[in-house]
Parts: sequence; structure tokens; C-alpha cells
Amino acid sequence: MSYKELIFDAAVKAYADAGVDPRRDVESFVCSSEDFYEGTSIFDEYVPDQLGGALKPVCTISGDGMYSVSTAYMQILAGLFDIVAVEAHSKASDIVNISPIYDLALDPIYTRPLGVNANFIAGLEMNKFLQASGANHLHCREVAAKNRRNALSNDLAMNGADLEPNSNSSGFISYPLSAEDVAPLADGAAVVVLAGEDAAKQLRDDPVWINGVGWASDSPTLETRDWERATYAALASKQAYHQAKVHDPAQAVQVAEIDDTYSYKELQHAEALALTGRDRAHTLLQDGVFDVDGQLPINPSGGSIGMGHTLEMSGLVRMIEIVKQLRGQAGAHQIHGAQTGIAFAWRGVPTTSGAAIVLSNR
Amino acid sequence: MNELNVKKRVAVVGAGMTKFMRRAQETGKELAFEAARQALDSASMRIEDIESVALGSAPDAFDGVHMKGEYLLDGAGAWRKPYSRNFVGGGTGVFSPIHGWFHVASGLYDTCLVVAEEKMSTCLPHPQTAFLTIFDNMIERPLGPNLIWIFALEMQRYMQTHKIPKEQIAQVAVKNKRNALDHPSAQIAQAVTLQDILDSEVLAWPVQRLDISPVSDGACAVVLASEDVARKITDSPVWIDGVGWNLDTTYWTNRDLYFPRYVASAARMAYGMAGISNPRKEIDFAEPYDPFDYKELHHMEGLLLCRKGEAPKLTAEGVTQRDGKLPICPSGGLLGVGNPIAAAGLMKICELFWQLRGEAGKRQVAGDPRTAVAQAWGDLMQIGTVVVMRA
Repeated sequence: MSYKELIFDAAVKAYADAGVDPRRDVESFVCSSEDFYEGTSIFDEYVPDQLGGALKPVCTISGDGMYSVSTAYMQILAGLFDIVAVEAHSKASDIVNISPIYDLALDPIYTRPLGVNANFIAGLEMNKFLQASGANHLHCREVAAKNRRNALSNDLAMNGADLEPNSNSSGFISYPLSAEDVAPLADGAAVVVLAGEDAAKQLRDDPVWINGVGWASDSPTLETRDWERATYAALASKQAYHQAKVHDPAQAVQVAEIDDTYSYKELQHAEALALTGRDRAHTLLQDGVFDVDGQLPINPSGGSIGMGHTLEMSGLVRMIEIVKQLRGQAGAHQIHGAQTGIAFAWRGVPTTSGAAIVLSNR
Repeated sequence: MNELNVKKRVAVVGAGMTKFMRRAQETGKELAFEAARQALDSASMRIEDIESVALGSAPDAFDGVHMKGEYLLDGAGAWRKPYSRNFVGGGTGVFSPIHGWFHVASGLYDTCLVVAEEKMSTCLPHPQTAFLTIFDNMIERPLGPNLIWIFALEMQRYMQTHKIPKEQIAQVAVKNKRNALDHPSAQIAQAVTLQDILDSEVLAWPVQRLDISPVSDGACAVVLASEDVARKITDSPVWIDGVGWNLDTTYWTNRDLYFPRYVASAARMAYGMAGISNPRKEIDFAEPYDPFDYKELHHMEGLLLCRKGEAPKLTAEGVTQRDGKLPICPSGGLLGVGNPIAAAGLMKICELFWQLRGEAGKRQVAGDPRTAVAQAWGDLMQIGTVVVMRA
């Protein structure tokens, strides 16, 4: 399938699920893409038709789909529109070799000449995080094993497997990062339909509410950023929790879908999102707290490691999985009684940018 | 859309821009910083006063930097702030303040710094090579089209439909390059004659070299604030009273190019929000997007500032001169000030801000203007972005 066919497929499903006609009911469309992933400059040229958005307000946010959700959310809060569709996709399989594309995201004068690739940077950060938090690389393998095991019960996941976390793995690609720690790329498309309160209540009896959104960036340079903690995640979630009036996230949230582009990121993000105390994530992981049947399941969908990493679509996948959980439609990986969930997206190496959303079914 | 639901008023309280030039020595980050700093200074604000940042920049292929928004982040003042980048091709510059408007009008933030940056001259041998990659990779790219060809098609269609002589269109370039003589940041201000335009090199008939804006580097920035905050910052805020944008189908080959219907839809949205029912009477001056001279005319019609086919006549009569009844591009536009894509669009917003505050100096249009419109255009002759501002 081409990206247009993937987007059409996701859009048709989303519109049917929401009970809306894109030509009649959807007033605005927000899309997500980065030109270099698409291999086409000014990619927003290619989005309107398959979404039903031609001759309507359509815009693109160069970022993860969760950033586009925040833009659509602001459009609705401002009173501009009642119903807005958000789109994100990945056609990663069209990218012959993604590593040089990641390299082009580095500062062309100061850091690109050093020839450090994305996995190398992730390995450095992982090492710093593990050292600071007292975790080790085997904890990270456990994250990967958990997420791949969770993915076995998700029909949309491509990387499900029941494996023992293996200390004898294929070796390190950039110490302490191994191939098992990296989410494999996948194709896909996702569309969500947002509606203002009145419109939402007319559309369905069981809308899932956005109680808070937040997004933030730390330093873009490798030289001046916080390597130890995901400061961007802390800042973004602080905003979202504040809007959602969540004071104790670990208590308020029953399910979390958070970025695990690299396995260590799940632990680092869980701490930054205040779902665990500082330096506590690896211990709670070992205690099974983050398992599907644990106290605070993290990535019951399988996350990016289990479902596949879908570039700028990743955040929207995380959000959709929370929506399914809060509607009780998550199938075999349903968390029973979930009322509030958080989804978090990170834009990947070398960025320090992320977005959080707090969702609730009441 | 229900414009009556829009409750929060958003103001522009500061504006800044770098000089537009070819081959700037500054990096993109530095250009963004310079514009952002100027905008903050003009509002007597510090970066700590800014709650959110919206960035606009056109293709990454110009700079060869993937995720250019992330790269520009610290230059644009977004460190440890909510920050995101909007991107609607050439329409980005005027969409950026719309994106910023969402931040404030939603009630999530009281202030938003809007920055637009473009550094085209890093693209070698010429930025037109970056534009080769905007076409459909299966259907169009094998034909090797470039932007000048497709705009020549559109220009030809416009001229043919309304029987417009080339001389009338070239008048726009004469006017705008002359207007730019009064703009301190202008790149190609020039007292050219009509004959100079008509004698310039033919690139793809009917497009000649002086019909087109230049390759430019530059950045612009504006500071947006909610009503309460704006009134504390300045006695003369300029209000964003209408926003509109509209994207037509990708398949540009399947529609009649003589009229930009998507610009008209965007304009209707913005006018509706601003409560403007008769733009020809209610708009005091306009900054339509003019990367080519015919585009200014095309966009005057798209903005419903005159009848279809009437814009060349108004131009010939002098109505669109700075001292005319409906000044168009008093800044000098892209044809005179320059065209660093996203920054060029935001330059038009800056011009509205300065004109509506009576701060445009030698460029000031007469008659105490109260209401103005700015517009940008882009993608495959496909998107219109429109902002209506009031003093």
C-alpha cells in the first residue's frame, strides 16, 4: 500500500468509528510529517484528498502526531471548530537507509562532522541514565521482553514474541545499547477525530475526554542538554497534569502508553512523567508493576518495541491505545476498570522534544 | 465553523525582522535569534515572559537539515518551552501567526512568540533544485518539472482568461521594487522601469527574470498576547481579528488555474471571523503574496478585493500605489523586500503591525488605516493562508 492508501484506510475507519462524514462534518484537518522521512519536500501538498480534506482548512505540524492533536485541541478550545481530524503515518519501508536521515538532524557545523549516528547517541544517553538511576542493561532487555510479550495479544502489532530477556544477546551496537533495545521500523497510518464537548456528546455516548495536553523541548544541541533525565517529558507532562488537575500521577493513572523507541526510554520516561519515583522504575519493573496485570501497566499494547516504530505516527498510536483501553475495547490486553490514562510521545534522536496527553472516560 | 464561538481576542504586541539578503553569514539559528530578539525588544519583553513558541519554516531541503524545527529551537527562544513547527509550504509565513493564535485564543497560553526563518542560499547550486523534490514522485517527477514552469502555466491561464497584456502584470514588479526602496531590510529594492522588466531574460514564457522574487535568507518574528496581557504591554496593540486557511486538492492539473478558489475560501473564513462583509470597502490596505508579479493580482482577486480580472486594471489606474485608494504591498512585497519563504510571509504580518500602529515611516500609507489583510500561498498552487488585523 502507498502512504495515500494507508491514510485512506485509517481515515475511513476513524470516520466510521466517530460517525462523521469528512466532507460534511469535519471542519479542519491537522496532519503530521517531516519531509526527509517522506522523500518529498513540502509534503503537506499530498494529504488532503485521501482524508476528504480538499478545499478545507488543512495544515501540517512538523512533528509527532501528538503535537498535531495538541494543535487540533487548541483549534477546538479557541472556538474555531467543533470537529477536527488528526492524521499521522509512517512509510518507513520506503526509506532505503534511515541512519543518514537521522544524521542530517544534527547541527551541520558543530556535531554532524563528528559522524555520530543515532544509535551511538542513544547508547551514550542510555549509559548516563543507567549509571544515574542504578539500573543496568538487563533491566532494559526486560522492558523489551515485556513489550514484545504484550504485543502478542495486540492484532495491530508486528513484533510480538515470547522471549526470555537474554543476557547472551547479539552483542552491543553501541554499549550498552543492543539491537533488542531498539524498536523496529514499521509502516502504518492513524487518524483520530476530536470534537468539542457538545459535538462529542451528540456523536456518541462514550467519548474519551482530553483532560490535558502538554509539549516541551529541552536543548537541541548535544553539548548542552540534560543527558540523564528526560526533562522534556517532565515539562510536557507537568502542563498536561496541571490542566487535568492530576496531582499524583502514579495514583491517578491506571494505564500508560509511553514512548519506548529505545527500551531504556520507557524507564526514563516513566520517571520523568512522575509515574514512578526517581530511580525507581527498574525496581518496579522487576516487581511486575508495569505488566498488563500489574498496578500500573505501561505499554500493554506492546509499545513501539512490540508494535513497531512508526516514526511521527508513534504518539498517535500510543493515544489510540489509551482510547481503546478507556472504552474497554482493548481486547486481550484490556486493563479492567481503567478510567484515566496517559500517552507520551518523544520525537526521537537527536531531539529533546515530547508531548503528553491525559485522557479519561469520565 | 462557528465564528461567534471565538471569544478570546489576540493581539500582536511586537515585531522584528532581519535584513533579507542572499548568502547571509549568519546560521539559521542566528537569523531566528536576531528576529526573535528584535520582536521581544520592541515589546519591552524578555524571553522569560514568553509562555509558548510557534515556528514556521519551509522545506528542510534548503538547509539540508532534517527536523529543521528542532534545529532552530534554541535560536527561536524555545528552550524548555512548549514549541512546535507548522508547515504549509509557501503559505507557512502567514500560517505561523495563525498557529500562534491557536496557542493564545485557546486560553492555554497568554503569550506566544512566533518565529519564521528561511535560509535558502545554503542550497547549492540553487534552491530551485530543492523544489524539484516537491512533485509527485511517481506521476510528475519523471517529467522534471520546476516551479517556474508550473507558475508560467498558471500565469498564462490567468492572462488568457482575462485577456491581460504582459505590460499590466509587469507594473506590479515596478511598483513593489520601488516601494521597497523605503524598506530598511529590503534585498532588491530598485527604481526599475516597465521596460527593464519586459527586457529581462525569459525563463519560461511568460515569466521573465524580473517578474520573480529573489532567493533570500532571513527571519521575522512577532509576539502575540491575550487581551489582558496585551493591554499591559502596550497602549497600541494590533488585533488579529480574522484567521483563515484552506488547502485545495493535490491534483493541480485537474483544476482551472485562472482563479485561486482556495484563497477565496480562506479569505471568506477570515473575513467571517472579523465580521467583514464587504472587503472592498472595509479593507484599508493589503499585503497579498507576491513571489511573482502576476500572483499579487491573482491574490487580490482571491482575497475578494476586486472582481475577477479587475486587479490589472486597478494597478494600471494607480489604485494600488502606496498613495492610492487601496495600497497593495506597501512594504515592497516579496518582489522588493525579498523572499525567504516562511519569513517573507511573516514579513507581511510585521508590515501590517507597523502600518496599523503608524510606525511604517516612509512606507506609511495615508489615511490612518484601521483594517488590513495579509495573505500567503504555497504548495502546488494549492494553499491560501489569510490574516485580518485591526488597529
